[in-house]
Order: sequence, then structure tokens, then C-alpha cells
Amino acid sequence: MKTSKPESENIKSAPVADADLSRANSAIAVEDDHHHEAPKGIARWIYSTNHKDIGTLYLWFSFIMFLTGGAMAMVIRAELFQPGLQLVEPQFFNQMTTVHGLVMVFGAVMPAFTGLANWMIPMMIGAPDMALPRMNNLSFWILPFAFLILLSSLFTAGGAPDFGWTFYAPLSTQYSPDSTALFVFSVHIMGISSIMGAINVIVTIVNMRAPGMTWFKMPMFVWTWLITAFLLIAVMPVLAGAVTMVLTDKYFGTSFFDAAGGGDPVMFQHIFWFFGHPEVYIMILPSFGIISAIIPAFSGKKLFGYHSMVYATCSIALLSFLVWAHHMFTTGMPVFAELFFMYCTMLIAVPTGVKVFNWVATMWRGAMTFETPMLFAIAFIILFTIGGFSGLMLAIVPADFQYHDTYFVVAHFHYVLVSGAVFSIMAAAYYWLPKWTGNMYDHKLSLLHFWCSVISVNVLFFPMHFLGLAGMPRRIPDYAIQFADVNQIVSIGGFAFGLSQLIFLWVVIKCIRGGEKATDKPWEHAEGLEWTLPSPAPHHTFSTPPKID
Amino acid sequence: MLAAIVSSAQAEESAFNMTKGVTDISGKVYDLHMLIFYICCAIALVVFGAMFYSMFRHRKSKGAVAANFHESTKVEVVWTVIPIIILVLMAIPATKTLVAMEDTSRSDLTVRITGSQWKWHYSYFNEGVDYFSLLATSQKAIDGVEEKGAHYLLEVDEPLVLPINRKIRFLLTSDDVIHSWWVPDFAVKKDTIPGFINEAWTRIDKPGVYRGQCAELCGRAHGFMPIVVHAMEEDKYDQWLLAKKDEIAKAEQEAAASLTATLSKQELMTLGEKTYLDRCAVCHQATGAGIPGAFPAITGSQVATGDVSVHIDTVVNGRPGTAMQAFSNQLSDKEIAAVVTYQRNGLGNSVGDLVQASDVNTFKAASSQTSKEGQ
Repeated sequence: MKTSKPESENIKSAPVADADLSRANSAIAVEDDHHHEAPKGIARWIYSTNHKDIGTLYLWFSFIMFLTGGAMAMVIRAELFQPGLQLVEPQFFNQMTTVHGLVMVFGAVMPAFTGLANWMIPMMIGAPDMALPRMNNLSFWILPFAFLILLSSLFTAGGAPDFGWTFYAPLSTQYSPDSTALFVFSVHIMGISSIMGAINVIVTIVNMRAPGMTWFKMPMFVWTWLITAFLLIAVMPVLAGAVTMVLTDKYFGTSFFDAAGGGDPVMFQHIFWFFGHPEVYIMILPSFGIISAIIPAFSGKKLFGYHSMVYATCSIALLSFLVWAHHMFTTGMPVFAELFFMYCTMLIAVPTGVKVFNWVATMWRGAMTFETPMLFAIAFIILFTIGGFSGLMLAIVPADFQYHDTYFVVAHFHYVLVSGAVFSIMAAAYYWLPKWTGNMYDHKLSLLHFWCSVISVNVLFFPMHFLGLAGMPRRIPDYAIQFADVNQIVSIGGFAFGLSQLIFLWVVIKCIRGGEKATDKPWEHAEGLEWTLPSPAPHHTFSTPPKID
Repeated sequence: MLAAIVSSAQAEESAFNMTKGVTDISGKVYDLHMLIFYICCAIALVVFGAMFYSMFRHRKSKGAVAANFHESTKVEVVWTVIPIIILVLMAIPATKTLVAMEDTSRSDLTVRITGSQWKWHYSYFNEGVDYFSLLATSQKAIDGVEEKGAHYLLEVDEPLVLPINRKIRFLLTSDDVIHSWWVPDFAVKKDTIPGFINEAWTRIDKPGVYRGQCAELCGRAHGFMPIVVHAMEEDKYDQWLLAKKDEIAKAEQEAAASLTATLSKQELMTLGEKTYLDRCAVCHQATGAGIPGAFPAITGSQVATGDVSVHIDTVVNGRPGTAMQAFSNQLSDKEIAAVVTYQRNGLGNSVGDLVQASDVNTFKAASSQTSKEGQ
């Protein structure tokens, strides 16, 4: 750390072009005087414009946020371990559920996907880097500040936001703590970061594909991220609008969501979910891409129905704009609207089903091996599909009146987000760790991580279905006696799942520090340009575009 | 695994599955739920069955050799069309039930339900009967000092009373944030939205006590605003309504009498403490310390130690734009007088003045006078 200060001063005075940057570094580290080597020290990370370094930053940041949000979930589960109020105030409990949701959605899942996009998209399409490397640096480095602001609100006098991550008005406008302004500001920063990331992905994919990499030769991960990026650009401004209206309603006397001033609280929900539903797909489409890479690689077969996969992804993305009000069936919409949103929601099952069928068909009559990425991918398909089934049940309006805002919903979205999105991210990590680090991960430990995770995640979330059906509302710090036993099981599952993720941390650190050397292509049937590169992938790759036939 | 889930779901219906409820609609909703559930199970059986078969048979360690197919338009069309057919079959009963659920016409009686932080206000249309319904579980039970009863957190001081076999229309609204009135046995869950009125209805088949909870996050005590409905035979309900009207008339007489009575400090403080703990402590805390940044303290506050008319005004009319609600219709003049006295002379304050019901009444009369003049 001693050298870091003069180093950063040096860099400040130097123009920020890539070549100059490495020259500035070479003033201190003479042996590093080579353009293709990564600069050393903290400056490497702060000033980086390298897609791999920024990808690494995103991934580590997301993992730290995953543990932070997870710690909050532990508080929630500890309080719910038995009936009565034991550990926390209801007010603080509400802050925990709110910040847990925000941290997991915007801090853990989304940055993890952006990190994977940064690392993999250029290597998958044969590009030397992302198209807009400086914006790439900026879009990452504003994120830690966004979350510092959000998390610091926990220490303000009225506490952190306590109105749920969905921040329904008027709870978030007239009845919210003073820290709401911090929440609004941090969401703005997160939104700007996401939009910049999305622009970068689109520009890179559209402009920087290697010659011969036609649209229908792109790996599914690239396809799904391209579509995700469009969704991001479409809906993040809507979220920004929603939080801004909350801000002006609370602090500047407007009445967007206040009936007394001519506004409408339900309009808030329409605006929020117009963002919120595509957001759900933002968090799952890249998963589809990951699974579509891993299943063929360990089945020894090509992905079944590549074209239909692309079309299915596009139709899911389009339909995601037509289903938002299925989150609001109990707000008293006209019957016609309820029917419209029910039918559209049910329709989403079709393209989603196509994807699942395609993955199963890919496995069918393959020659499967079950390395850790494959195990996570298979768990993804099964558990995500269970989440899909409960999603279908939730689409049925009359039944939704009973499910809505109960633990059934909590079970549903954790199945698709934890055993869905998060499992796919872990599958991706195991799949590409050899390429990132040049080492194989510890196989035995990774199996331990997998089995602990897959068992505990089900102990954690499956019984929640029963709780919801039996009538336990979500977001309550205390509950009636009849829910006690199941809640205890759920909490035990929660603690086990939380602890299991420390194994993952151990595996990753161990893999970075050493281990069996990875070959360029450690998976026999893996496909894609990334496997033509050495392991670990050099700091700069595809400076000359590869040839694709 | 699925079979185990299904059988456990049937064996202990109440603990693990949706309730069938006690209305025609709730039965239909339950059937719909089970139908979709079984369809999902059947699909799961086919898809996961194929997957597991493949995982056991087509593994490299068993010498499987990968086939080479990776496309088939025919198969793709089949597994696009079949799900669409299944979905249409699901949508038909769902649509029928939904349309029936939303038909609030030709009701026999109407009850207005108003949610507020954190209680329900029931008002029988054209009957002149209305009252509040609050959680009856003691704070001690919540804190674990007292044993928790069988209906812990699902008990109220005054339940909503409804007749069976009559079509009851609910009009739902809210005084502050969005709440959601949910009784699983009726399959009724409807948001109460400030400034808007929602409609729902039910027709109860069986007399009994039915319990539910607020289902929309509404702030600190969201988990502590249960709903209890007593469903009675029609004649019993009619009797109850008459008795309730009598009770209300008596209470009004008492309130009028209290205006001329002068209570001792001891009496005011006792009633004031009870009222404070029931109504105020949820935000301002039993000690009067409040929650910094969220709910102001009573102890040493400017309102509770300053001008008494400002204090009465705050309790009677609330503070618009904050969580402090208007209590003028929720508490009697006597209770307001007592709670104001208690806040000024208890909780660490010692202003020394007493407030009588007549003071509150005079304040109310004066403030309604000024607001009329203002118009």
C-alpha cells in the first residue's frame, strides 16, 4: 500500500490513454514495461479500462453485496425463527426486508450478470475489449458509491427505507423515514450504471463481432444479453421516473401519488411494475444464455433448437412489457384488465416452456458428464421450472387473490431468483473459472458447495409455499402460532444456505491462488471462441480478430 | 417427491394448503388452485421424468455415445401448440370464476371497510353502526413475557359481524397508506387505497369465526392488524345489530353526560394510561420515548408540555402529511381528555394541568366554528 500513493499521483498527471497508463506505471514497476501486461497495484483496478479487470470488479462487488444482502436475510430469518418479537424492532425488520431486496436485485444479481458480460462477451464474439472502455470503468465505479449511500441510510436517525423494495406510495412518500432521499439518490446511480452497462453491451455486440460472426452464430449468452440490454435501456428510465416522483412528492409538495392533491397511489404501482416486470426478465434472460452454454458442453451435443431459443427469448422480452399489472390484481382493476393481464401472463409460459424443452432435448441421447457447472445447470432447470409452475398458478387471477402478498409469492420469486438466477451465476463461475484463473477449482469442495446449496435452498424455500397457502402474509415480523413449525424449518434452511455460500468463497479464493493447471479448453465439448484462448486468458485478447468459418 | 407433496397437501389441508373456505366462490377458487396444481404436477412428471431418464441412461460413464440431432421443426411446433391448448383449458374456468367474483350487484347489505395504521374501521351502511377493530393480543404476549394464546395475533377487540346466506358488499378505502383486507375463508383480498373506493363481495355459507390479516405492507405494525369475522345466522345477526345500535345510543348518552362531569386526576390518569397503551404506544412507545427519526417522543415534547390547545388539536385533528392520525372520531371526548392529561402528567412530564371532556368538546365546537367561518 505504501507505493500506491505516488503511483496514483503519477497516473493522475498522465493522460488517461491506455498506452500512457502503462507508461506511467512503468515509472515504478520497470519490469512491467509491456503493453500487454496488467498494471500493478490498486491503480490497476481504479483506472482500469480492461473488460476482464472490470468484469472481475463487478463479480467481486456482486459477491460482497450477495453476502451483505444475505446477512440481512439472516436477520429476517432469525427473527422469524419463532413467534413473538425477540431480536429486532418491527421498524428495523421492515428496513431489513427492504434493503435485502434492493441489495440483492441491484447489488448482487444485476452486477454479477454485468460482470459476466464484461468478461465473456468480447471473448465470445472475438472482440479485443468492450466498445466503450472508459464508460465501462465509470459504470462500475459509481456502483460502490450507490450502495454506500444506500447502506449508510441504515445509520441515520429514522433508519433505512422501510417500505419494501417496491416502495409503494403513499407509504414511501408521506410515511417514509427521512433517509428516503438517500434511497432515491442511490437508485438513480444504480440506474445510470445499468444503462451505461447496457449501452456498452449493445454497442459491443453490434459493432465489434469478429468477421464471420453473424447474428445466428452468436452464442446464446451473447443473444440473451443483447436482449437484456434493450430491456434495461427501456425500463431503467421508468424506474428513475418513479423514484423522482416519490422524491418530489415527499420533499417538494407535488401530488403524483396523493389522491388528496389529485394524484393516484395506484398509478405508482403501474409505473413501478412497468419497470419491475421487465426487470424480472433482466435478471433471468442472461441465465438462459449461461444454461444454454453449459448444458450442451456437458451433454456432448449441440444445443437443441438454437433458433427457437433466440425467438423464445425475444418473445419473452416483448411479452414482459404486457404483463406488469399481474402484480396488482388486488388493487381493484376492471375485470377486462384483469383478464388481459392474466392471459398475457399465461402466454409467457409458452416461450419459457420451449426453452426448458430445448434443454431437456439437448440432454436427451447425449453423453452426459456431471461436473459442477453441469450440476448447477441441472438444478437450475428443475428449480427454475418449479418457480415457473408457481408463476403460472399466480397468473390465475381468482387463485392469485389468495396467493397475493403471502409467502407463496416469496417462495415463487426466490425459486426463480435464487435457485434460478443465482444458481446460473454459480454455474457460470464454475464453468469459466478455469479460463479466468488458469487453475481448476477444487472439485471436492465444489461438490460440497453444490450439495449443501441445493439441499438447503429447498429446505429454505419449498416450505414457504405451504406457509403462503396456509395464510401467512409476507413482510411481517411476527406470526400466528400455527405457522411456527414451518417457519423454524425455513429458518434452518436459510442459515444453512447462507453458510454454504462461504464454501463458494473458499473455492474461488483457492482457485485463484493455485490448483491444478487448467488447459485452454478444460471441458471436452465446450463450444465458443473463449476456449481458443490460453488459460488464464491474457490481459488482452483478440487484438487481431479471429477467423470464423 | 411430488407424490409425497400431494398427499401431505391433502392430509393436513389447513396447515399446508389453501383453505376451501366457507363460500361458493372460495370453494371454486380452491378447485381452480388444485386443478392448476395437478396440471403442473403432470407436466413436471413428464418433463422431469424425461430429464432424469436421460440423466441415468445417457451418461458418458455408462458408455453413452452422443447422438447428433439438434433441430426439429416438427417437435418445436408440437411443444409450442400443446402448452397453448393446456393454457386455454386453464383459462376457461379461471375466467368464469373471476367474472363471478367481480359481480358485486344485487347485494343485501353493504359494509364499508376503512383501513388505517393499524386497525380496521367497519361501518354498516344506512344502519348508523360503525366501530373500530383492533388487535387484542397484549404486547406482553408479543414480547414473550406472557404465554401466547391459541389465536395469538389473530384476535381483535371487536370483530366484524356478518350474517350468513346474504350477499354482503364491501366498500373498501383507507385513511392513510394502502392496506389489504384479506379473509382466506371468503377468498376475498382487496386493497384499501386512500382516496379511492374498491368493491368486493361475499356470501357466507356457514356460521363461524373467520380470521385473516392485512396483506399489504402498511408500516411498522403491518403484522399486527388482524381481521376477525363472526358469521351468524340471519336472525342472530339482526338481533346483534339491534343490540349494537342500543349500545351506541348508550355510549352517546354517556358521552353527553361526561361533558358535565369533572374527573379527578387519578381517574383521568388511569383511563389515559389505558388509552395511551392501546392507541398511542404502538408509535410513541409505552415509555413515551418514541422512535427517533420516525415517531416523536412524548416525554419532554413541545406539544405535550406546551400550550394545551395545541396538544388537544394534535390529538383531535392529527398532523396532516405525517403518521399522526386524527382521533376525533376514534376516541370519545372523555378518552381524548384522559390521554392528553396522561401525556402531560405522566411519561416523565409534569405540566400539572387537567383536561376534562368538556374542554375537548369546547375545542371541537370552536374549531368547527372557525372552519365554517373560513368557508
